[in-house]
Amino acid sequence: MMERLSYMYPEIALFVTTCLVMVVGLSRNAVTRGLTPVMAAIGVIIAGFLAYTTTPTGAEAGNSAAGQVLLPNLAMYMKVVIAGVGLLLLLIQAGTVDRVEEALIAANKRTYDPLRANRAEYYAFFLFSLTGLMLCASADSLIWLFLALELTSLPTYIMVTISTARNKSREAGVKYFFLGALGAAVFLYGFALIYGGTGATNLNHIAHAFSTDGINSIAMAGILLSVLGLGFKIAAVPMHFYTADVYEGAAPQVSGFLAFVPKTAGFISLLLLLATVGWGYERSGAAPGLARVLEGGITRASEFGTSLPDSVRLLLWVMAALTMTIGNVLALLQTSVKRTLAYSSIAHSGYMLVGVIAGPGATFAHSGIAAVLFYLLAYGVMSTGTFAVLASIERSPTPDGEAREVDQFDDIRGLTSTHPVLGWTLTICSLSLLGLPPLLGFFGKLPLFTSAIHANEYVLVIVLGINSAIAAFYYLKLAFLPFLEKKDDFAEPIVAGPFASRTLGALVSAAGVVVLAIVGSQVMDSVENAARDSVSAPAQAPVPKAAEHASGV
Amino acid sequence: MILAALILIPLLGALLVAISPSGSSRSIAMMATLVALAVSVVAAVKFDYGQAQAMQFLAAVPWFDQLGITLSVGVDSIAGLLILLTTLLGPICIACSTTAITDRQKTYYAWFLVLQAAMTGVFASRDLILFYVCFEFTLIPMFILISLWGSTNRKRAAIKFFLYTFTGSVIALAGLVYVAWHHANMSGGVWTFDILTLKDSADNMSPTAQGWVLLALMAGFAVKVPLFPVHTWLPLAHTEAPTAGSVILAGVLLKLGTYAILRFVFAFAPAALVEYAPLLATLSIVGIIYGGLICWVQTDIKKLVAYSSVAHLGFCMLGMFALNGSGVLGAVLYMVNHGLSTGALFLLIGMVYERYHTRSMKELGGLASKMPVWSTFMVFFVMASVGLPGLNGFVSEFLCMKGAFQASSAWGSGVWNSVGGPLPGATVGNLGPWYAFIAGTGVIIAAMYLLYMTGKIVWGTLVEPAGHGHGHGTDAAHGSNGSHSTLPVDLNRREILTLVPLAALCLFLGVYPKPVINALTPAVSQAVRTVHENAATTRVPLATTHTPTGAEAHP
Repeated sequence: MMERLSYMYPEIALFVTTCLVMVVGLSRNAVTRGLTPVMAAIGVIIAGFLAYTTTPTGAEAGNSAAGQVLLPNLAMYMKVVIAGVGLLLLLIQAGTVDRVEEALIAANKRTYDPLRANRAEYYAFFLFSLTGLMLCASADSLIWLFLALELTSLPTYIMVTISTARNKSREAGVKYFFLGALGAAVFLYGFALIYGGTGATNLNHIAHAFSTDGINSIAMAGILLSVLGLGFKIAAVPMHFYTADVYEGAAPQVSGFLAFVPKTAGFISLLLLLATVGWGYERSGAAPGLARVLEGGITRASEFGTSLPDSVRLLLWVMAALTMTIGNVLALLQTSVKRTLAYSSIAHSGYMLVGVIAGPGATFAHSGIAAVLFYLLAYGVMSTGTFAVLASIERSPTPDGEAREVDQFDDIRGLTSTHPVLGWTLTICSLSLLGLPPLLGFFGKLPLFTSAIHANEYVLVIVLGINSAIAAFYYLKLAFLPFLEKKDDFAEPIVAGPFASRTLGALVSAAGVVVLAIVGSQVMDSVENAARDSVSAPAQAPVPKAAEHASGV
Repeated sequence: MILAALILIPLLGALLVAISPSGSSRSIAMMATLVALAVSVVAAVKFDYGQAQAMQFLAAVPWFDQLGITLSVGVDSIAGLLILLTTLLGPICIACSTTAITDRQKTYYAWFLVLQAAMTGVFASRDLILFYVCFEFTLIPMFILISLWGSTNRKRAAIKFFLYTFTGSVIALAGLVYVAWHHANMSGGVWTFDILTLKDSADNMSPTAQGWVLLALMAGFAVKVPLFPVHTWLPLAHTEAPTAGSVILAGVLLKLGTYAILRFVFAFAPAALVEYAPLLATLSIVGIIYGGLICWVQTDIKKLVAYSSVAHLGFCMLGMFALNGSGVLGAVLYMVNHGLSTGALFLLIGMVYERYHTRSMKELGGLASKMPVWSTFMVFFVMASVGLPGLNGFVSEFLCMKGAFQASSAWGSGVWNSVGGPLPGATVGNLGPWYAFIAGTGVIIAAMYLLYMTGKIVWGTLVEPAGHGHGHGTDAAHGSNGSHSTLPVDLNRREILTLVPLAALCLFLGVYPKPVINALTPAVSQAVRTVHENAATTRVPLATTHTPTGAEAHP
């Protein structure tokens, strides 16, 4: 147990911060209360730093009893990315709750009442969710994974509900909660069946059981149900129905949170879970049936290590193709920016599923896992940028001081002329989401192309390409309405909100989209390492497939 | 280094335009494009014509090692010529925007310079991804130019332009990545996007795989050209774009497609290209005839010239798919010539439009009596466009048709060999005299519609739009199209200066194309040789296995 704690420093740091935030956020002193987000930010930064310095990697993790054996280097990269994007998300959360309340207190019209204020809880839930996400990244058993996933999700239900004072948010929160519970029930049932089929909850043991005894039908049903249930977290078809309503109902900064945090949790879990059923390491890398000895005394035959079982692959394939297509086509029909972004977030999950299907590979370009991990970072930065812009602008507030958000395409017309920073951020981030070179989104998509082609998934590559083109239609609107169009003379004026840190968040995202496209090579190095499983040797060159090719592929 | 400078100068210019006051935008842009032109001329002088087929002015900076992407540049004579065309059209377009663009000048000139940098990058890149980045990035400035400064239907035109080309090029990207993956597979997992390296390993690709690669690449590049069934974005975009936008679109952007086909389809799918050549050539011919017939019924002169681009590029593609020396040489020359003459026609139409605010043939006529200088240029460039011998259009059109004519085993060697020895440039191919013959009717159609238009507008009795006096008093009604009261009845000195270089080049390339042909021949021969050698090794059914000699190009 103590050994486990030794690689959970980032989570511990986040938890301690959470406790502090809960206390400080309730302070009667307005200045102290105001420090809550700063404290949360410091906690996230410390967690990121600890993740970078203390996470055991490679053989270290493999040797420790509780380390992940299947993807031993995943945790470090993911936790640093979570802290980084988490910080960006924290920047745009400023003033989400208690805005009216604090204004009244500042005007001496009301005294501070802890029962009416939500600040402490809000930031605590934010940090809890990030903690859960980091725990996902270091999960090594089904129980842990389930608890981590729920720790990620439960706070988000409340964040959605209290993010605005509108009834729509409450409706969204309830809808999200019930459908989330359904999703959780589905993958919990799946986890239970996997346990029933293998007698193990530890992921390494499950992998061992699969490799020695094969995958029996109970366990297979469990895997399929788990994949389907995790589809809820990543908002993949057919578990996507909540997405648009919830994103629309929540405040934009919370929608931005939903677009990154639960999705990342879902993809990490998917990767960890699928790693147990073998997965192709290098597809033609090892002779079938060759037993491979893992550190920790666990052996695993590679007969399931050559590719995903057909039924799992089929499920993922159909999910990927439908998710991309339905997401993009429905996004075309929306007039609300948030709904459009919600459907586009569905589509992006579909793109990443292509990487999941492609599976691991020996080098960055061959590895679908690496593509997914890099895309998670890229998507986190660029989608946060678009939501940050929406969070930064509003209509002039109602008499009681409640913010009225901007949500229609018509509202962002001519934004660049009045708010250049926000307008250009929206343009850059939308074009990056579209995948237009030379922005970050393009270099996120390129590894998906290379790895999927390497895995011979040509049809998926074409579907992915056509979907990128469909997406062009609505991303162009999003990118160029602020810049090219003139504001309607009769339209209600759009003003920048009073929270500079939200604008800063937008600016940082836009800068990230550009800078990461220039220096992304360094990040790709870490990604390549993170995507490496413990079986393939670090510097192993892939076996040339000339022979296979000559036979007329 | 000199190539990097050619890309960076416009970019720096764009940055300067963005940070300096709006009034000086045009002069900064003009300076930047003139400097770029000067640098490209210096490069042309320093170019080693003895090694014209080899990549020169090499430079490389690593970018994404994991994927084998480098920022590497280099040009052979084909790319170099097209860069010269790009830098030449730059200052001309800036000059022609002087009175036409009065609204949001800063944005206009900044994006125009970005466009020039991207176009130069396409021709200069030696790395597939750098190529693709530039290729795609041309869409953004052009999209903005059309949707901000275009005419009434501009938004639809801009969206259609973007969606067509973007859709195609994403599929082309899949094909390009497949080629790179193939190389990585052959070489033990080392990824590279270096064009020359990939070209070598593409030789081992099976004909089936090559067929798919060809389809994927053509999906992207044929849209850009545009080839017949996917041409529908072009007339709309041309008609709606501002004058400078049309000039660049016709002059350079369409050439990105033809250049990419020559560079990548030739290199990566040679065997499949031989196999598909008749189909692609047929599509080109359909484009020639169909485009020409549509031109004939147009009343909008800009639309007429736009559709004529479809027909003209059809000739260019026909020559290219002849896959022999004269055909491909003709195609490359055609790229330049079409850029010069059609670019000039768009300039001329823009000049009339600025004065009369109409492009309808019904409202214009007999302008020769009122605008003699304009009419002179109009007739000159129409002749160049029709292909009058002595002007540039003739040389390239003739070479393209000759290439198509000779591109069959029977006519390339057998019978013709017995009559007066082998024709220069005779090689095997799957086209033949019929292709040239049918395409030849396109020349007649071109003469008909262009001369019909000239006759209507230049000669006859003077017709001016209703209510249009000499005073140009209706400016205010035209809103953002701006004040043109400074414009004289006929062309002013600036307008003449923009047309003279184009006219001079048309004449030069028509009378004495030899220096250009000499420079192009090694590069063209190399491209053609690659195709034929590969086709021979992969044993695609051809009538004969005649191997082309080095002298297949037109002397």
